[in-house]
Amino acid sequence: MLNSLGREIPEFIQGIGTLEPFQGAWTKLRKGWMDEPTIPAPNKAYLPHQNKLCNSLEEAIERSGPHNGMTVSFHHHLRNGDIILVKTLAILHNMGIRDITLASSSLIECHDPIFPFLCDGTITRIYSSGIRSQLGRAIAMGALDIPVVIQSHGGRVRGIHTGKVQIDLAVIAASAADCEGNATGASGKSAFGSIGYAVIDVRYAKQVVVVTDNLVDYPCIPLSITQNFIDHVVVVDSIGDATKIATGTTRITNSPMDLRIAKLAAEVIENSGFFVPGFSFQVGAGGASLAVAKFIREKMKTRDIKGSFLLGGITSYCVDMLNDGLFETIFDVQSFDATVSNSLLNNRRHIEIPAALYANPFNCGCITNKLDVVVLGALEIDVDFNVNVITGSEGYVRGASGGHSDTASGAKLTVVACPSFRGRIPIIKKRVHTVVTPGETVHVLVTERGIAVNPAFKELEENLRKAGLNIKDIHDLEIEVDKITGVPDPLEYTDKIVGVVEYRDGTVIDVIHQLLEKSDYKLY
Amino acid sequence: MKPQTSSQAGTFESSDVIFLIEPLPEKSGRKIELFSTVLHQYGESFKKTVVEMLDQYEMTDVHLIARDKGALEPTIKARLETAIKRSLGIHEGTVI
Repeated sequence: MLNSLGREIPEFIQGIGTLEPFQGAWTKLRKGWMDEPTIPAPNKAYLPHQNKLCNSLEEAIERSGPHNGMTVSFHHHLRNGDIILVKTLAILHNMGIRDITLASSSLIECHDPIFPFLCDGTITRIYSSGIRSQLGRAIAMGALDIPVVIQSHGGRVRGIHTGKVQIDLAVIAASAADCEGNATGASGKSAFGSIGYAVIDVRYAKQVVVVTDNLVDYPCIPLSITQNFIDHVVVVDSIGDATKIATGTTRITNSPMDLRIAKLAAEVIENSGFFVPGFSFQVGAGGASLAVAKFIREKMKTRDIKGSFLLGGITSYCVDMLNDGLFETIFDVQSFDATVSNSLLNNRRHIEIPAALYANPFNCGCITNKLDVVVLGALEIDVDFNVNVITGSEGYVRGASGGHSDTASGAKLTVVACPSFRGRIPIIKKRVHTVVTPGETVHVLVTERGIAVNPAFKELEENLRKAGLNIKDIHDLEIEVDKITGVPDPLEYTDKIVGVVEYRDGTVIDVIHQLLEKSDYKLY
Repeated sequence: MKPQTSSQAGTFESSDVIFLIEPLPEKSGRKIELFSTVLHQYGESFKKTVVEMLDQYEMTDVHLIARDKGALEPTIKARLETAIKRSLGIHEGTVI
């Protein structure tokens, strides 16, 4: 069957179930209540002063009742510094547990060591926001029989409380915790800031283990994670390398091209009609989008505009803007560098939020619904403004859905900022390889050689034209770029589906097909 | 024309290409080796560009290695032209 974007979606996939095709960004939400019920975790009882402390992660896992076919979940707040995910899966592997469903809020390069577990039947299913590096390549090549399911951060929350993802064991790394399992990421030697993605796991998993390298006297504050959901507590030497949480997509660019794009994006925002006192703002962490914050900060100072709140992945730039008094509040679901933890701990206007409050579409309103302006990146964007942030130009899975579609759906102004081509590959396509974010939720594309406004938003285009910005039709831009790079030959795929991309409401927006492996060498 | 020496031009940087040329004995023909990050998408067009330029300089007995990291066509042509001219001794530069 075709979904509303004209993507072919199977009706049923073995191991995943019946698929519901995407029908529009807000179609499913319009009636105001959802057919899907909430599937809660079982009720439990602990006796007064019962001991939750285990001597080792092995013991805690053993006590949680591991079994074949179980679902294990993790959060990715330690990003590329995390060691608990790999360690836990290695323990389960050594116990002989098979057919595991891995449900991590994301997977990053540091998780590559689990690759052998995909090959030997230890892990047979994956739910994640992102997959990269060796794992992304292996998935694209068809390492798993059952396709991986890509979820947005908001969609993941929905998936868990509606029981689409039923977690047997959640392993929660925390940089500080007490003996009862109250825990936080805001303090300690491995501090990583907000623990927002883990909150839903803690509430809905059948068993929850808190792992910390910093056992503090009771009570551990702030109460980011609370003891009433925690079964076991483990102290280990280290939960990971907190200095690595700022690697990956969180680097602030010094590339002249990205800075040019960022500057143009800031001019777009300034002249959009949404750059007004009390506006709310979110920037993604990749390439040019992070640099936009820098230019917006200058413009806010020059024009004496004060905003309402900053949302999302929080960087030290956001903290600086809060401290400058440019914004009233930060809502922090994920923190990108070390100084953010200090702010989260010490500034009461810097508020840690769970992923449900951040972006879940199935509740009485998440904060992304209140968002005015968001700046996002793209691996590809097409002439219908559909955005791909999951599959790379070489066909591998190499990105993350993250909050991309959640924020785009909520914001009054969604700006996609990216170069028009990278390493000879055009970024603007006739049709993106994989849709993550539908074009109807994207307002404007900013590239170094022109700005394209979604034709559905005439007033925005008028505002930007009046400001003298270089506005082009996206079709013309696409042709212009093709003339520079040459038209690339298409990649080749098989019929096998290796990935299912869920939209935030649980409908399927696209699928990823298995890539035919080709060498990068040829002798003529 | 017959290449006099081995030569190279270009870099390993992203969006650039490096060419290495070495002369082969007469009647050996052309041996073209291409490594490219965008081989799937641009392999054929890359080969065409190289062959056309070798034809233009009438180079037949040559071993050419290209390592491409997504160079645009003008970059490919400029690097190759430089490598060819260096091998012919009509352009000075890095000689290996």
